Amino acid sequence: MPGGPGGERVVDIERIFREEYGRAVSVLIRAFGDIDLAEEGVQDAFTIAATRWPESGLPPSPAGWIITTARNRILDRLRREACRADRQAQAALLHQRDARDEELTVHDDRLRLMFTCCHPALAPEARVALTLRLLGGLSTAEIARAFVVPESTMAQRLVRSKAKIRDAGIPYRVPSSAELPDRLRSVLAVIYLVFNEGYAATSGDQLGREDLGAEAIRLGELLAALMPDEPEVLGLLALMVLIAARRPARSGADGALVPLPEQDRTLWDPRLITRGQELVRASLRRNIPGRYQLQAAINAVHSDAVSAADTDWSQILALYDQLLALEPSPVVALNRAVAVAEVRGAEAGLTALDGLPLEAYYLLHAVRADFLHRLGRCTEAVAEYDVARALTANEAEQALLARARNAAAGSPGR
Amino acid sequence: MTQYLLSVAMTDGAPPRPPGEMQAAYEQVDRFNSELQSTGSWVFAGGLMPASSATVVRADGDEILVTDGPFTESKEHIGGFWVIEAPDLDAALAWASKATRACMQPVEVRPFQENPET
Repeated sequence: MPGGPGGERVVDIERIFREEYGRAVSVLIRAFGDIDLAEEGVQDAFTIAATRWPESGLPPSPAGWIITTARNRILDRLRREACRADRQAQAALLHQRDARDEELTVHDDRLRLMFTCCHPALAPEARVALTLRLLGGLSTAEIARAFVVPESTMAQRLVRSKAKIRDAGIPYRVPSSAELPDRLRSVLAVIYLVFNEGYAATSGDQLGREDLGAEAIRLGELLAALMPDEPEVLGLLALMVLIAARRPARSGADGALVPLPEQDRTLWDPRLITRGQELVRASLRRNIPGRYQLQAAINAVHSDAVSAADTDWSQILALYDQLLALEPSPVVALNRAVAVAEVRGAEAGLTALDGLPLEAYYLLHAVRADFLHRLGRCTEAVAEYDVARALTANEAEQALLARARNAAAGSPGR
Repeated sequence: MTQYLLSVAMTDGAPPRPPGEMQAAYEQVDRFNSELQSTGSWVFAGGLMPASSATVVRADGDEILVTDGPFTESKEHIGGFWVIEAPDLDAALAWASKATRACMQPVEVRPFQENPET
């Protein structure tokens, strides 16, 4: 047998666990109508696999083996329990399942599971936790660490939200076409939130968070495979891939954040950029623009420029105009102001910032400070940098702002 | 089928709604009720007098204590409710969406404990 004993095979089981956990759980939830039962069955099956596979070798279809083994374990358990009290409950459950069989054959079970985990009747933090747990196969401890909450809090959150799914009767199905746009928005928001937690790193332990970014892309890939005709699904995946492509350039040797204009673009991942740009084109071809597609397109324009000076800012401004029309939010308007300053000058940028209700947001002040600095109004710029620095708790951002402030303080000007 | 309670929250001391709006709400709720009944989803419904008219009764050992007022000192109390039958939460939320438009107040959706079918 190739390789040393054990080592490679242990890794294999972990990889298969991460890849197949969601599929196995989703199939078994449909079969048995019970999330906990499905999870326990799949975990049991992987425990058996961990002792059996190193000796017997991998079965031809590991996922199929896991699902069959888990199903048998669950049936054994139900038979034992049926001798006790809850035969009636099981009968009701199976009845409910038969009634829906027709609908259930159309979609991959993981898609149903995504819509159930991201149901708007669940609290947003519960949607995130459930998605990572049930589809990503992350442990409660891993999710707790990534979101910087005690493990017991996360465990309770998961138990409570699974109970709500059961008690409130949150259905296990892909929503009808009338409900789909709203419900898909919630799924996309959950995935993007996971991604942002991974990349923004506002707090918490760095390593766990990078895993979140990769997990979000994995969920995005899965959703894109399951709903290839939804342009916003492709748009979100493109957006995440293009941001991830810049990651190697985002922090310097000392761990400090490097802002986009100063990044060493040769460090960007060309494979991811190509993939992201293909996804942007594929999504825009459908001609139903949405917020993720437009954000992805903006990132695609950045990734096209070999240097910051080569950036096609007028195209970026046009995309921000579209985005703002679609989603008139102050944060979008703030980002648009940056493009305005590049195309029409810092004075026009300042005007574009006027009246934005973002006084408590550090980036508003950082952007205004930058415009003021460019206009030579250095005293005002320094004051704005100070406000910005007081409004963020992120040390990397603070360091960046301190550097910019000192540059403004040292410049000739007013 | 599960039964769901759709309850309407009323805020104590909120300014009374203008008569035209009240009339509109009554008519819309009537139409909503007819729709519920015609689809067989209707179980029961009713509107309540203000929470200030409530009396709480509790057993304390051998004694029965009767006190004035609702259970809680909350500013929001149930002003009315529907009990409906729905196959799942999505169906119940669809009814609740119609209900909140009809009565022009927020509606809370809550499942009943027992499955009444069996």
